[in-house]
Amino acid sequence: MTQWSGYFGLILQGALVTIELTLMGSVLALIMAFLAGLGRLSRFFAIRALATAYIEFFRGTSIFVQLFWAYFVLPFIGISLTPLQAGVLALGLNVGAYAAEVVRGAIQSIGREQYEACTALNLGRWQAMRHVILPQALLVMLPTFGNNAIELLKATAVVSLISLTDLTFQAQVVRSQTGNTLVPFTTILIIYFALALIISWGVRSLERRMARGLDGVRV
Amino acid sequence: MEWDWNFVWEIMPTLIQGVKITILATLLGSVLAAIVGLAIALARRSPNRGLSRTVGFLAEFIRGTPLLVQLYFIFYVLPDIGILLPPLVAGVIGLGLHYGTYTAEVYRAGIENVPRGQWEAAKACNLNARQTWTHIIMPQAIPPMIPALANYFIAMFKETPLLSAITVLELMNQAKSVANTYYRYVEPMTLVGAFFLVISLFSVVLLRWLERRYGRIET
Repeated sequence: MTQWSGYFGLILQGALVTIELTLMGSVLALIMAFLAGLGRLSRFFAIRALATAYIEFFRGTSIFVQLFWAYFVLPFIGISLTPLQAGVLALGLNVGAYAAEVVRGAIQSIGREQYEACTALNLGRWQAMRHVILPQALLVMLPTFGNNAIELLKATAVVSLISLTDLTFQAQVVRSQTGNTLVPFTTILIIYFALALIISWGVRSLERRMARGLDGVRV
Repeated sequence: MEWDWNFVWEIMPTLIQGVKITILATLLGSVLAAIVGLAIALARRSPNRGLSRTVGFLAEFIRGTPLLVQLYFIFYVLPDIGILLPPLVAGVIGLGLHYGTYTAEVYRAGIENVPRGQWEAAKACNLNARQTWTHIIMPQAIPPMIPALANYFIAMFKETPLLSAITVLELMNQAKSVANTYYRYVEPMTLVGAFFLVISLFSVVLLRWLERRYGRIET
């Protein structure tokens, strides 16, 4: 039974790769979400069109296709990516497109009176966004961002198909070496579920923290 | 690498074959997800605490873990206990179960949106539980759900390339096999992306129509 500990180490290594991918993908997704989400609310038609095209393209095609495109097609036009880079790029851009709609929705959900108050206080567009609108909108976005992060975690399983050694890949390795399918797959299912629970717990506590001091503002 | 139209026409019939399987898997998966979702939603409302808790936890677990791993589980683990499924069947079951846990939430919201007065009126008219559900609650709960359900079916459509990992010969798998045969990745992968984008854009138009037709609750 000593061999199982070695295989478990392999799975843990995979878990680290999955966590790393999830974190880096989330950071890229967050950046893209704010760029595209604010872009859709821009005054300039060109920026609005660009943001809309990005969002529709990445929401309309499958994450799987985007990943394969990044990994197999980009090299032919001169951009070679490592599996990890391709994974982070595809995951971040894909989930970023979904999250961009969350950013837009949250900003639009802030009441008109807040904008009017900003005008009355003679705040500029950027100042109003930075000091009044975003602090309130962030709280609205947060729960959905948590869901998006879990979607991203689940989507990382796909990168095993471009030979990145994440949890799913390692489970396949263990399967092919031991011939046992039940144990490795059950183990990684439980690990994925635990990671998802950690994300939802983290987002909930972050939400409580950020809601502090906003009691009077939110109805 | 140049874009070669001749090659595109040459591989088109193979890809169309894949599209057919992709659409078939989506349709069958949608039907299964609609049924599974209703079953989960009803089980979670059951007065039997043991049943509702167990089903609730299972649904939470399925929603928190990647579809790809679930597909592997169904395809590789079930044969160990004597259930040998053809790839397409395993894929449809995976899609149906995974998205069933999402549609369950849609059903739950739809059922909860039926006003209390309707339940009380059904009781006052001396309808039994079955009659209440089939004649009073469901006819009012289902139409507002249709757009949200369709939304998940479109999401499911975009997940079907995962079925290629368990050897279903759908669009992605056909594209991979022609790409590996001719060692040309640009055209097949781009075409797969284009197919998905076109079908998604059409289904978004259909979704908007469904929203206009069924989305609002008549008062």
